[in-house]
Formats: sequence, structure tokens, C-alpha cells
Amino acid sequence: MIRFLTSLLVGATLLAAPVHAQNQPLRITIDEGIIEPLPLAVPNFVPDGAAATEYAAQIARVVAADLTGSGLFREIPSTAYISQVTSFDAPVQFADWKAINAQALVTGSVSLSGDRLTVRFRLWDVFAGTELGSGLQFAGTTDGWRRMAHKVADAVYSRITGEGGYFDSRVVFVSESGPKDQRRKRLAIMDYDGANVQYLTDSSSIVLAPRFSPTGDRVLYTSYQGGFPRIHILDVGRVEQRVLQSQEGTMSFAPRFSPDGQTVLFSLSQGGNTDLYTMNIASGQSARLTSAPSIETAPSYSPDGSRIVFESDRSGTPQLYIMSASGGEAQRISFGQGRYGTPVWSPRGDLIAFTKQNKGRFHIGVMRTDGSEERLLTASFLDEGPTWSPNGRVIMFTRETQGADGRASLYSVDISGRNLRPVRTPDGGSDPTWSPLLE
Amino acid sequence: MKVLSKIAAVATLVALAACTNPDRFGSDDAVNLNNSAGGSGLVSDPTSPAYFQQAIGDRVLFAVDQSNLSDEAQAILSAQAQWLLTNTDYSATIEGHADEQGTREYNLALGARRANAAREFLISRGVAGTRLKTVSYGKERPIEICSDEACYSKNRRAVTVLASGLTS
Repeated sequence: MIRFLTSLLVGATLLAAPVHAQNQPLRITIDEGIIEPLPLAVPNFVPDGAAATEYAAQIARVVAADLTGSGLFREIPSTAYISQVTSFDAPVQFADWKAINAQALVTGSVSLSGDRLTVRFRLWDVFAGTELGSGLQFAGTTDGWRRMAHKVADAVYSRITGEGGYFDSRVVFVSESGPKDQRRKRLAIMDYDGANVQYLTDSSSIVLAPRFSPTGDRVLYTSYQGGFPRIHILDVGRVEQRVLQSQEGTMSFAPRFSPDGQTVLFSLSQGGNTDLYTMNIASGQSARLTSAPSIETAPSYSPDGSRIVFESDRSGTPQLYIMSASGGEAQRISFGQGRYGTPVWSPRGDLIAFTKQNKGRFHIGVMRTDGSEERLLTASFLDEGPTWSPNGRVIMFTRETQGADGRASLYSVDISGRNLRPVRTPDGGSDPTWSPLLE
Repeated sequence: MKVLSKIAAVATLVALAACTNPDRFGSDDAVNLNNSAGGSGLVSDPTSPAYFQQAIGDRVLFAVDQSNLSDEAQAILSAQAQWLLTNTDYSATIEGHADEQGTREYNLALGARRANAAREFLISRGVAGTRLKTVSYGKERPIEICSDEACYSKNRRAVTVLASGLTS
């Protein structure tokens, strides 16, 4: 059913590249100081034969959209070009690109043989007049053409920033339709940029808060199928789901995978009280981590699996706490004004993203794991449910608008608070979960 | 035969109930929908679910973030308990809800607290716990859709939804 998940095999090959002395390579250091996006030119890739023309143009457009969408690059429009790239192997006319202030230039070629595409690209530091890194070649089937474009963009991003990319990734989210009091929800999967939406469940039951496994092969979520919220697990490739956790007279929700993908950490409500539990997915064996009359929910593991950050109202209002992965004493880490919820540990381990509610507004924010350096990235009537990009640089979340015709949709923002942008989906969207970078 | 005719009768009533009970949801979400009798019958008939829903009141409301029962809520639940003690053919699922202020996860837990507070009160008034289930919808199913306290106050609720035919 989900062809692009299973059939695409992308092989990357280094191209034999001309040797250049690399002095002062093109570089963006991602920090608070960046204001001006780097000017970049991505001329349409050179088709090897007429059949590849459309792919060659589209792939270049996706590469450009990925890079400009990061907020770190600005694309120079093709109408400003002085020279055209008509051959992948011909020398680059650096003066022509320098004249229009293109600091980085991406060139590429696309060949098509049957249903197999081969995409080659090079990244040029225009002002140094050198190639940055080596040429790369990706090969795969035509239905995976966007993935190849994302891989090119990831390589460019990575070479210029020195950090991992995030473009060749997917997002599972809750697709929403209908008015607020009769909202219909179903799980959907898409490319990180909103393309290739496919539905994973129907909307006969409420589904909430999907969470990707560390390898992106499975998704945990909460479903009301059967009348009560229970945790389900879905195999993304086969689109098969089953109930994972079910105990008579209880509700289970807010699931999260452990970093090794073998354990699910979740909330279980029994007799009106909500605590944290773990369950081994293979054996079904479970353990109780907290035992308090307060609400303990929205847990998330540290990337090394040793600690858990979660939300509790044990102090009277919802706040964030960290404890050992085996339970025990917890340290409160949120001390600002307002209420804190849905903490998510970053893939780098350095930050915790959260939802904050203060004075009638909602914010997505980040703080260090000891609670210091709290930074609010967004503000609106209702923002919630952050999820991290694979490289820990971008956060996607749910924004719901106010009032009777309120609608939920997905947004992303980078961790400096810049580059807030909507992620377009066919219907409303909520509860995104970002996959790791695909292989 | 007796059972079959009862199911047929209930099924007819369910169709009627659809327009009188605003708190019934999509088919999979409703517990025992085929047996559901919420709101059916005549309000003038004290043994009818319609009487339970409209004359007694099937719901109690809560303050922001709270799950404790006001005097008014306790009065309604006391009357609900009396009705359930008289009409032993019915069981009930108590649905806990929250307003939209708050995260999805916290509101699910808060709805569970509210549903349980109502259930414990009914038990304290003599209703057998085996007849009372709870479920939380968090902020997923508001009945009022404005983003003001006028709506929020009605959405912070625990609704006792009757189901018939579960006792033998």
C-alpha cells in the first residue's frame, strides 16, 4: 500500500571529483547570530535525455524548497542567472554566479533508464571557486524521486552547516476534519514537507498522539477503538495495527518508545489516577514507575534511555520533572510562570521542548535539561505537542485557532524561534511525530 | 424471544435518541451503542432514560482544573444514584471531559479524574461499582465550541450515559 516506504532503494555513490585546494570553505554556523540567509542558486538539473527533463526540473525545485525552507538559505531566482548550466561536467562559470551574488551553487544531472533514476550533484563555493565536498550520485526508482531530492538537500545542508540534515524524513500526524464538536481524526503519514500524504487509519475512532519508533518502522498511538483509549502499535510498512496495551477498567495513553525500540513508556489511568508505566513490547511484561495521587503523564526518554522527563501536577499545577528511567525520586525542572506540559527530549540530548500555558496563551519552548535557559519560540491561542526534527534543529507542533470555527494545523519553527512556517496538509492536522532521518 | 424483542425495541429508541442526546458520538466511540438507551422514552416516565437525562440531569460540571464535586453536582449525582437503584436494568458509563485550555494528555488525565469522582459518589450512594464504567475524552469532544468561559464551563463535565440490558 505504501509503495514509497518499501520499494525505494537509494544507493549513494561518490563521484570522482576534481581536486581543489579548500581554503575557507563555505560555512554557516547555526547560532543566535544568523540573520541573513545565504544566497544560493539551484539551476534545474541537466537531464540526460528528454525523458528525464521533468524529473531534472522537479528535483532541483524540491532541493531549493528544502534549503530555503530551513530559513538558512535564500534562493536566487533563475531570471537573474547570467549563464545557464547545460552540462554537468562542464567547468562552472564562477564569475557569472559571483556577479549575481550566489554564494553557493548546486548543480546536478538526472538520467532515466526504465523506471530507474540516477541523480548526480555537486555543491560549489562560488566565491572560493571550489567544489565543496565531493560529487554524489543517488540511484533509485522513479517513485522515490522526491527522496533523492531530499537526500541532495540533506548533503548540501550538512556540508554547509556541519550538522546532520532533516529533509529525507517523514511525519506521522492526525489528520482532522469536521467541526470542533464532531471532529473526525485519522492517522496519516507524509514527507516532512507535507507531500505524499497517505492515510493509515480510517476515522471511525478517535486517534491521538502518534509516536515514531527510533528506526521509523513502527508508530505507537492512542485509539478509542472499542470505546476506551488504549495504546495501539502500527507497522508503518505493512499498515497493520494491533492493540498493545489493554487492561480491564483502565485507560492507557501518551505512549513513547524507548531509544532501543523495545519498551513502551506510557500513562495508565485507573480509578481516576494517572501514573507512568513501562511495558516490554515483545513479552508484554509491565512495570509501574510512579505511584502518586497526582497526574503523571506525557513521558519522554532521554536519548541514552537513562532518564525520563514527564509532566506532573504533584505541586498543584502541571510542571516538568526528570527521574531515572527505572522510576524513583524526581527533580522538578520547570520553575517559570505558568503551566508546563508535553516535554520531549531532543535527539541531541541537550534540550527539552515543551508546551507552556501562561496568561491565556500557549507557547512552544525549549529549556536545558536542568531547566535553565528557558526560551519560548512561539505564542498563540493554542500551540502544543512539539516533535523534534532528526537533527534537533527544528520543532514541529500543533496550532489550533480560536473560536467556534477553530481549526488545527501543523507548524514548524527552528529552535532559535525563527522561521515559523505552516506545514501544509490536505485537511487539518495535529499531533505530529517526526521520524529519524531515513536510511 | 424476550431478549430479541428487547433489542429491537432498544434499537428503535436509539434512533430517537440520536436527536435528543447531544453527547452521543460516532459509532465506535459509543460504548455499547446497540444497547444504548440514553435519552430515550418519555420525560414524563420516571423510569425512562429521557427522565434520567432531562429531569434529573445526566451531567455535572467542574471548575477549572478541578475534579471535586460542588453541592449542586452532589445533588444531581444523588438523584442519579436513586434512579439507578430503582432502575436496576441499566448500567452506566461516566464520560469525563475537559475544556480546550490545557494539553491533550493532561486533559485526558483530568477527564479520568472527573469521571472517577462522579463514579465514586454514585458508589457512595449505594450503586454497585460493577454497573459503572468510566472513560475520559479529555478535550476531544466539546459540546460547546466557542473559546470563552461560557462554553468552557459546559465542557468541563462528567456525563452519565446509560446502557440497558447489561444485567440479567
